Amino acid sequence: MMGLKSINRIFLSIAAIAVVFAFLIWAQGNLDAYKVRILNLCAINIILTLSLNLTNGFTGLFSLGTAGFMAVGAYVSALLTMSPEVKAMNFFMVPINPALAHLNAPFIVALILAGLISALVGFLIGAPVLKLKGDYLAIATLGFGEIISVIFTNTQTITNGALGLKGIPQYTNLYWSWGTAIVVILGLITLLNSSYGRAFKAIREDEIAAQAMGVNLFYHKVLSFSLSAFIAGIGGALLANLISTIDPTMFRFFLTYQILLMVVLGGMGSITGSCISAFIMTVIMELLRVVESPMNLGFINIPGIPGMRMVVFAVILIVVVLFMRQGIMGEKEITWDMLLRKGAGRHESSGS
Amino acid sequence: MSLLEVKNITIKFGGLTAVSDFSLSLEKGEIVGLIGPNGAGKTTAFNAITGIYRPVSGSVHFNGTDITGMLPDKITKLGIARTFQNIRLFSNLSVLENVLVAHHLRLKSSFAAAMMRLPGYLREENAMRKEALELLESVRLTKFANEKAGSLPYGQQRRLEIARALATHPRILLLDEPAAGMNPKESQELMEFIGEIRDEFDLSIFMIEHHMQVVMGVCERILVLDHGVTIAEGNPAEIQGNQKVIEAYLGVEMDA
Repeated sequence: MMGLKSINRIFLSIAAIAVVFAFLIWAQGNLDAYKVRILNLCAINIILTLSLNLTNGFTGLFSLGTAGFMAVGAYVSALLTMSPEVKAMNFFMVPINPALAHLNAPFIVALILAGLISALVGFLIGAPVLKLKGDYLAIATLGFGEIISVIFTNTQTITNGALGLKGIPQYTNLYWSWGTAIVVILGLITLLNSSYGRAFKAIREDEIAAQAMGVNLFYHKVLSFSLSAFIAGIGGALLANLISTIDPTMFRFFLTYQILLMVVLGGMGSITGSCISAFIMTVIMELLRVVESPMNLGFINIPGIPGMRMVVFAVILIVVVLFMRQGIMGEKEITWDMLLRKGAGRHESSGS
Repeated sequence: MSLLEVKNITIKFGGLTAVSDFSLSLEKGEIVGLIGPNGAGKTTAFNAITGIYRPVSGSVHFNGTDITGMLPDKITKLGIARTFQNIRLFSNLSVLENVLVAHHLRLKSSFAAAMMRLPGYLREENAMRKEALELLESVRLTKFANEKAGSLPYGQQRRLEIARALATHPRILLLDEPAAGMNPKESQELMEFIGEIRDEFDLSIFMIEHHMQVVMGVCERILVLDHGVTIAEGNPAEIQGNQKVIEAYLGVEMDA
């Protein structure tokens, strides 16, 4: 019985992934560049939201370092994928470190290295900082994000400083972004439903009790934090190879704040919630460009106000915190079992 | 050599000595009680044994190993499990998951194996689930297996906390006020339950309890703590007749 049920679920998951890819193939060919770009951003935001939810929602570590890890991933991938000629053009003020000048790797290698180096940085930061709890951890990780951006502004031979990097090859397409997103989603589902996932959740629920039950706090916190950094690094790399221009000011606190909103809106501790909210928020962020453009309401002319989107954004966050503290999903997940049960229920009611 | 040997531990918080010169030796299969008025330092002594506090002097030996100042998870791994005075379950996890968390310390597969659901991991996970369900059966919580732990009635939560501690495969179980807030019927059941698990899981039990009926009924030996000092030690009858103990609980009678 159990075997059949799980085979059914696997079959349904494969079918769903096939449907998603069929849609992506269609989208890549038929949608205009703007819409494809938004779809890419959706996938990248799903990846980043899941990364932050792993620490904040599932392990109870209030971390705000996402932007910093993204920066590490973005720069690693950019330096690995840019050709030597483009690099030479970029580094016209201060020449590039010769060790990096001729470095070149295929995109897949660049992505994995971006994740690994980001995870390494996560480990180095996490090991001392994860002794802190609650607000203190938030402030320390936030500080880390800012420090990374300052460091990248000053390491001119490696990052080209404040000038940033331009002409990063645009390798990120729908297959890369959604393919990565699906791998991340599946990986997190299996991890969080495993014994390790239970240990993470136990730490979130009650650290002292978890430790008294034999959960090694240090190991599991650092593991969760480094994995989160790994995923954020890959997200940053995909972003760099999508927008092709990066500079240190891009990876400031606002970016983390945006991802945090998606996590809170989706529900801390819900994978499906994160996916839904990241998708919806990305689309809404684009739709909200309307409020920044000049408007003619007939009786009054409103000039375009740049930054108006962020005001709307802040209002959404306040409303969520006041009225929907659990977010869209709370800690619940949409599972195949649940969908099948609902479907079966509908059949019964229509039959009677 | 006793299973647990606590030698002259002293615990201080700043200038306050919470426990001074506390000693205990717990033999295999024994049930020992620790009583004393509020604030006597009972839980502090517990916390020093389980590694939450580090004593300023003295030592704790378990089965011949020095565990003084070890981290709580290491101590649990060696075989000392505990429950808490104010129940500390993982309220948003299911009853079964609560017990499964306690199995995690014996997991051999790496997180990558767990993530990729490799056969080695799945075998461990299945064995873990089977054992956890058996444990729930033996503490009569099977029907609540998929309920959230926080939604259980109080008495069942206490029982689940003990089950969770048992899942770590302890040799010594420390119970911090297991009968707190229980009505007479529930505490009667608890007494029987403690006796049962001692025999079934081959345990030594060290418990803090205020409920005198429970302590006198279940413990073979009792230690009395007052203001951090051990004022008496003996079997229930000796403790009941001890003048110092009566004074500690009821106060000294003043001659008018």
